[in-house]
This record gives sequence, structure tokens and C-alpha cells, in this order.
Amino acid sequence: MEVKITQQIREAAKRLLKEGKVDCVLGYRKGTIPMVDAPYFAYTEEEADNLIWSSFCTKNLANFLIGRKDKVAVVAQGCVSRSIVGLINENQVKRENVYILGLCSPGMVDKRKVEARVGGKEILEVVEEGEELVVKGRDFEERIPRREVKRDNCYTCVQRNPVIYDEMIGEMGEETGGGDIDKVAAPWEKLSADERWEAFRETFKECIRCYACRNACPLCYCTECFVDESRPQWCGKTQDEADVLTFHILRAFHCAGRCVDCGACESACPMGIKVRVLTSKIEKDIRKLYGYKPGMEIGAVAPLSLYKPNDPEEFITP
Amino acid sequence: MGEKILTKDKLDEFIKGLTSEYSVYGPTVSGGEARWSRIEDAGKLSFDFSNTSLSPKSFFFPQTECMLEFKNDPRDKEGLIMKEVPPLDERRVIVNMRPCDARAFKILDRIFYRDDDARDVYWLDKREKTIIIGLACNNPCSTCFCTSVGSGPFDEGGVDILCVDLGEKLVLRPVSERGDALVKGLEDASAEDLSQVSALKEKAEGAIENKIEMDNILSREVLEVYELPLWDRIHETCLNCGACTFYCPTCHCFDIQDETQGDYGRRVRNWDTCMSWLFTQHASGHNPRGTKKDRVRQRFMHKFKYIPFKLEGIIGCVGCGRCIKVCPVNIDVREVVKQMNE
Repeated sequence: MEVKITQQIREAAKRLLKEGKVDCVLGYRKGTIPMVDAPYFAYTEEEADNLIWSSFCTKNLANFLIGRKDKVAVVAQGCVSRSIVGLINENQVKRENVYILGLCSPGMVDKRKVEARVGGKEILEVVEEGEELVVKGRDFEERIPRREVKRDNCYTCVQRNPVIYDEMIGEMGEETGGGDIDKVAAPWEKLSADERWEAFRETFKECIRCYACRNACPLCYCTECFVDESRPQWCGKTQDEADVLTFHILRAFHCAGRCVDCGACESACPMGIKVRVLTSKIEKDIRKLYGYKPGMEIGAVAPLSLYKPNDPEEFITP
Repeated sequence: MGEKILTKDKLDEFIKGLTSEYSVYGPTVSGGEARWSRIEDAGKLSFDFSNTSLSPKSFFFPQTECMLEFKNDPRDKEGLIMKEVPPLDERRVIVNMRPCDARAFKILDRIFYRDDDARDVYWLDKREKTIIIGLACNNPCSTCFCTSVGSGPFDEGGVDILCVDLGEKLVLRPVSERGDALVKGLEDASAEDLSQVSALKEKAEGAIENKIEMDNILSREVLEVYELPLWDRIHETCLNCGACTFYCPTCHCFDIQDETQGDYGRRVRNWDTCMSWLFTQHASGHNPRGTKKDRVRQRFMHKFKYIPFKLEGIIGCVGCGRCIKVCPVNIDVREVVKQMNE
């Protein structure tokens, strides 16, 4: 399946570049190490032959559209297309500057789950064969069903198909990933305030403030992020727990009502922190309180940017 | 200095012996990842890991380090006077550090202690109080390229003792005087043990397939490398996070800030990263590395051109491969250096 999609992406890219419809095509190229495929800009038909599609395309390409002045064709599955819509609504990307090559997401693989399955032994190559991953190391080879090692957010995906596209690559598929998205935040809801605080501390205790999560997120495009401000300094720069937790909780709140659960934050984190622990609860709250799903239509305004007289109040007033 | 032998069943006793005088640290594995922890015996000490996720840089250059303290009260007699914090209060032995990491700190010695006028007392204090037992790599990983940058799986630069794992026993080769003192009481290694070590060394060095070439980078003028067209493309997908710099054993940039809370104040040093726009932001508003292209170029130029230029050919990278594994968008230093050398 992936091979056919790769072919179609390359053909579309070459055609668009040849016809001068776009200045470059943003997709992925094969990574130099297993299970991480790299975002890639192809500017020529020759370079377009480097484009691929796989189960390891775990970043959000919408992130790389911000600030570009040229016309870019971008490969976008469901969540990425929602991010593009979100960025258009926030005036960070112009609709006429993107040519969206939509496709239905196969659900991306979490490389840490694969690594755990082979007991941490060094993996030298991973080949996709239908619905199986063939994982090879120095002295072992294992076959793992793809669906057992998908990313957490892909199991509970609610939008595998693109919500917007200029051209469709491959066919539309099943809309959802099969899991129940309400269940993601459920463990949090059962905990008392003290227990939640402990769980929060435990989740983020390995954070090294590299900001890979923030920088991988298409919503974090402020030229001066709150953690960089010094007058006033909202958040300290040390590894003091208070500073680390402040960063994460404030970032999650800044994404409230805008986050589409693409999982790029979790995929980018070098320490393997489950960053979505915060965003999943916020996403559910927004959905239940305001009936709003971000990035579904151009022109929509996020509920926290808008006041309506009948907005829910139960979290403010007793 | 003579090589010694230590059988693995005597290792526990050896480590326990060290703990009577030193705090001992070594890699332990949990959840498939090797991390540094304090150990009291050989129980969880691992010999079977490729390398630790974060480098042992924090032993000498902690991510957050208090340098000075002061009473934040201008009316007080002692107020606003910076006082030194006490130096490290323990002597330490770090066991099973990989040779590339040990070599990295030897390089950083040249940077944190350029000459007597520029001594980083915080770095030096910890280096002086730490003995390093390196563990040679019998099975280098697929991302290692240490042999191309002045290090190697059996590199002795930077260790006090080099330990080679022969399976049932360990050969300990003292490299420095204080390393020699630690292993004095052990049995001498036999000629057969030593020939096994040589064989393992040859095999390990041969197993490293990645070779990077730098002859053009080193021989060209700085500006020639600076103006190469590759910089226009390589930065496009970089996230400018700090993952590569934080995991790197040779990256050493930092930021100093004063923090106050009530009447307590401290001056603290934190890891910083050239990947951040804020790192070079001037108070005037000007930023000499204002674009992502400038910043991405800086990282590679610093390691592969500026450092060798200033330190007689020493390369600012030890080929540990962590940045390759950790980069979220797979910007591969081996690829970049290849293009820099074209």
C-alpha cells in the first residue's frame, strides 16, 4: 500500500513542479536510521524521486509551512490537514500558497513500542510488508503486526481522511482509528486533585527543556514564546520542578481549543515523555463544553477566542 | 603501567571496596534504556548497553548549577554580596563510561580551562574529584563514527583506566597514575588476556562502517565553508529545538541568570543551546544569528571548523551518534559533514 502511495506522491510532485504550479513539494524522505523518516522539501523533479510515504512519517508537516513566502505542495493526512486549516484560520498560512495533496492516514508507528518489543536490542532495519513490520538487527529478525505498535493518538484518531485537499492521493478510507477518544482522558478524570498533581509530576520528571515538543507543534509559532520572555520572566530557565511544570501546563493551555491531537509533540520528544497526558484532557473538555473540534472548517473561530452569550459557565460559577 | 585482571565474580567486591572511599556511579538499564545512577555494588551495573541515553556530561557540567548565592536585601549588611557555594563534597568514580564520552570531556577541558586566566572553577573542581573507568566498546553501534574524529572504541584519551570485557573477566589497563592506584592490588593480566584485548580492539575498529572525511573542511578557509550552498537547504526542516545539543557530550554552551525569591538570591548557570534564537539575541534587539540558517550552520561550523581551527586540529565531535538517534527530523550529522566536505 505504501509503495503505491509513494509512487503517486512522486508522480504528482513531478507534475506540479514541471507545470510550475508550485515552487516545492513538502513531504518525507527515507531516514538515515530506522523508523524515523525525515520531512523533506523537493524543489526539482529529480528531488521528487526522494519523496516517500510510510508508517514513520510522524511529524506534522503543517509546521514547516509557517513563514514561507513561496507556493508549497504538502502531503497531508487527516490531522495535518486539520492543522493547515487551523493555521489558515489564524492567518499564519495563506490558502492560496498551499496545494494540499490529501491522503488517508494509515496510522503511524511509534518507534519506542517497536524498540520495546525487541527488548531494546539495536535495530538496524525495518521493512514494511503489508500489515507487518519486519524488524532486523545484528542477529535477529522479528515480524510485528503494525496495528500493535501504532502511536497512541493514532488508535483514537477521529479524522484519518483529509478535511481539505486540492488533490487526493489514494482513496479515502475509514474515518476513525477505532479507539474511543473519550477514554484517553478518562484515567485523569478518576483521580483526585492531589493524585492528578502526582501523575503530572511523574509524567514530566524526565523533561530536559529541549523544547522539541513546542517546536514540532504547528500551533507554537509565536516569535517570542512565553518561556523566552524576561520582562517579566514568567517561567524560570532552570531544571527546578516548578519551572519545568509551568512550561508544560502553560503550553497545554495555549493550545486549548486549537490542538488536533496530531501527536507530533510526543513523537518529537527525545525522552519519550507522554506529552498528550495534558492535551488529551483539554481536548475533551473543549469538545464536551463547546462542541468544537479544531481545524475542521476554514473560517471557524476557536471557542477560547470568541465570546458567545450562551457559553458554558459551570467551570467558573459554582 | 601494567594491565590487571578482575574476574566478574570478584567485581562486586571491587565496587564495594571503592564505595568506602568514593561515591560510585555507573550505567544501569531499565525499560531498554541505559541511564547513569549511583551504585553501591555491581548488582545492576551494566556491561551490555550501547551507550547511555543522555551523556555523562552532567557529572561535570550539570544542567542547572548554582554558582553563587546572596541575600536579596540591600538593607542587610551582607546583602547583595555574592558568596561562593561550597565545592563538590565527594570524590567520585564513574564506571563504564564509553571512550567517546571520556574523550569528549578531555576536549572540553581545553575549552573550560583555556589557560590560567580563564579557568572554569566549577568544571575543574568536578573533573579533579572524579576518576573515570572507561569501558571499551566490543560492539560499536551502527551510528558510531568515533574512528573518523580522533576517538575509537578502545580510545584511552580521557580515562584513568580502560576496562575491556572479555566475558568472564575484565582486563583493566591503568592509563593515569590515579587509575593505577585503584587497581594496584589486582592480579596481573596474562599475555593471553592481552592478546584477546588486541583481537577485540581490531574487530571493534573494523566494525565501524561509518567514515566521515574532513580533509577539505580542515584545509579550506573558514569563509569558504561558511558560504557553501548546503546551508540553504539543511536548515529547512530543522526544528531548532535543543535535543542534539543537550544529548551531545561536547556541547557546552550555557546561560547565566540571577534568580531571587523573597530574600534569597542565587546566580545559576543552565545549559543553553545555539539552536535557540534567544541565545544570541542582543539587548539592543540585534541578533547576529537571527535566521534558522545561521543557527543550524553555526552548530556544524563550530564542531567541525572553528574548534579544530582554534585547538590545533582537535575536532569538536567524538562520533557518539546520539544526535543522529535523537533528532526528531533526522538531520544526520554524517550527511551534513559529507556535504561540507564536498
